[in-house]
Amino acid sequence: MTGLVLDNITKRFGSVAAVDRVNLSVPDGSFVCLLGPSGCGKTTLLRMIAGLEEPSEGRILVGGADVTRAPAHQRDFGMVFQSLALFPHLSVGENIAYPLRIRGVAKAEQARRVEELLALVRLPGFGERPVSKLSGGQRQRVAIARALALQPRLFLLDEPLSALDAKLREAMQVELRQLQQRLGITTVVVTHDQREAMTMADLVVVMNEGRIRQSAPPVDIYRRPADTFVADFIGITNLIRARRGADGTVRVPGGTLAGIALPAEEATISVRPEDVRLVPPHEAAITGRVDFVRDLGASIEIYVEADGQRIVAVASPRERPDLQPGAPVGLALPADACVVLGA
Amino acid sequence: MTAARPQRLRDYAPLVFPALMLTVFFVVPFGIMVAISFFRRVQGAFYEPDFVFDNYARFLSAFFGQVLGFSLVLAALVALVAVTIAFPFTFLLARLSRRWQVVWLVALLSIVSLSEVIVGFAWSTLFSRTAGVTNILVALGLMSEPMSLSPSFGALLTGLSYHAFPYTVLVLYPALARLDPTLMEAARTLGASPPRAFVTVVVPALRNTILATMIMVFVFALGSYLLPQLLGRPSNWTLSVLITDQAIYQSNLPFAAAMAVFLVLVSLALVGLSLLVGRKEAAQ
Repeated sequence: MTGLVLDNITKRFGSVAAVDRVNLSVPDGSFVCLLGPSGCGKTTLLRMIAGLEEPSEGRILVGGADVTRAPAHQRDFGMVFQSLALFPHLSVGENIAYPLRIRGVAKAEQARRVEELLALVRLPGFGERPVSKLSGGQRQRVAIARALALQPRLFLLDEPLSALDAKLREAMQVELRQLQQRLGITTVVVTHDQREAMTMADLVVVMNEGRIRQSAPPVDIYRRPADTFVADFIGITNLIRARRGADGTVRVPGGTLAGIALPAEEATISVRPEDVRLVPPHEAAITGRVDFVRDLGASIEIYVEADGQRIVAVASPRERPDLQPGAPVGLALPADACVVLGA
Repeated sequence: MTAARPQRLRDYAPLVFPALMLTVFFVVPFGIMVAISFFRRVQGAFYEPDFVFDNYARFLSAFFGQVLGFSLVLAALVALVAVTIAFPFTFLLARLSRRWQVVWLVALLSIVSLSEVIVGFAWSTLFSRTAGVTNILVALGLMSEPMSLSPSFGALLTGLSYHAFPYTVLVLYPALARLDPTLMEAARTLGASPPRAFVTVVVPALRNTILATMIMVFVFALGSYLLPQLLGRPSNWTLSVLITDQAIYQSNLPFAAAMAVFLVLVSLALVGLSLLVGRKEAAQ
């Protein structure tokens, strides 16, 4: 069963299309990340799903029902805002109880639900505290608990972790994913952080300039990017200019590649740095010179200059390649790691 | 954010000018007024320095007590009406586009530039039988014949609220413009209709601002002495009217000063009390 369907959704502000003919089908109970640079339309798309903006065109279906024109307060979706939007005049418990109070849930039942939700987000006994006395991570959890209070059909989060420091953010990513799996709730998260998307999502939707560039499971997005934008946006990649050679080989700066077919005269090949292997120059398909060595401790990045093209290779510290800038070096690009993209 | 505390006498230098102005134009006149309130009035003349409580004693009568009570109730009602109308108005104003906000704010400022006299006469015309709003109601068939609505308590309340309205908006505007718009949106996604979200989130989140604004309007309305005479019956006259009457027409400055001092003390006490209540609420 499909949890959420976006059918040809378009949002225009004046003459600018912030979201341009987006089609997406999200299976029930799955976790989707809308990923893209700022201004790509991902937040606008989320706000339309929440009912805070009205689409210029298209339909939004949840569980088969058309909710396109339903006002936000009748949609039964939980949303966590980037600012968190905790109500400053209410305590933690009152914040979480707010949607229950609005629905006229009995006081005793409200108290029971609040305890339950506080336990769910691992803040037991915090009900009485004012929200201003909480740390960033705790505020985050309160916002999540409040959004889940009505057991929503859809859980929406707009850059929920962007205010947290790096370590806490990573921990919350794992926690959020585990929470979502435990509740089995269809979830849509907007983020510009690809690590966040890779950690949490069943389905990553990469957007740029109002359009979906690729939607696929995280590993596929990483391994098989659909175009140069996706390849470049997700992780670090080498985008290598390639031309069809006379003898059926593929000519790239610094050498030739075998076992790859180009769709056109010219194309771009994407290779992840961890797939690029360093080999002795005389047995290599591509030769170049070491430009810079970046030793990060956990890994070593080697920047190689091959006929005007920079190619980055990553070696593990165990290999300890003894390379000095300027030294000649050979590179091997395994054919199965090369993704051929349009020009 | 805390700034470094001033270390030497010289660090207080920027305060000298405002402190001087405050002393010369506020503390000294107020001191003179307090002094005069204890002076003895000389019939047929002016007053002579003395230290008597006659002026205060005369003030402690049922009549002046009633007038004081009426003045306080009127000012409180004006504060209530002005803030009740101005708060939603400013909330909507702060959500308009920049350009429309400027248009509205300029219009409000132009009302501020009108003197109390013009506001009073404009409203007494609007409330008159011959040229007033009742003529429109008659034309619409809602009333059988035009009538005069002024002078009356309602006319006075309307005039004072109108006069206070632009100030109220200007005081509320910064707080409402800074209000995080996602608070409303969050309330909506949590099941509250927009009016419900406004009442359950925006109003309580800004209750301290609302209280402070009400105090300001209260004090503003307490000082009004022209509109009660233009739009109200003599029974609607406030203490400020009586003070003016005593000071200017009866030449009884000591008594006027005593009433003014008393009015200041009572309003200070009320303001202090409401701040105390506000702080207690906030601490809960």
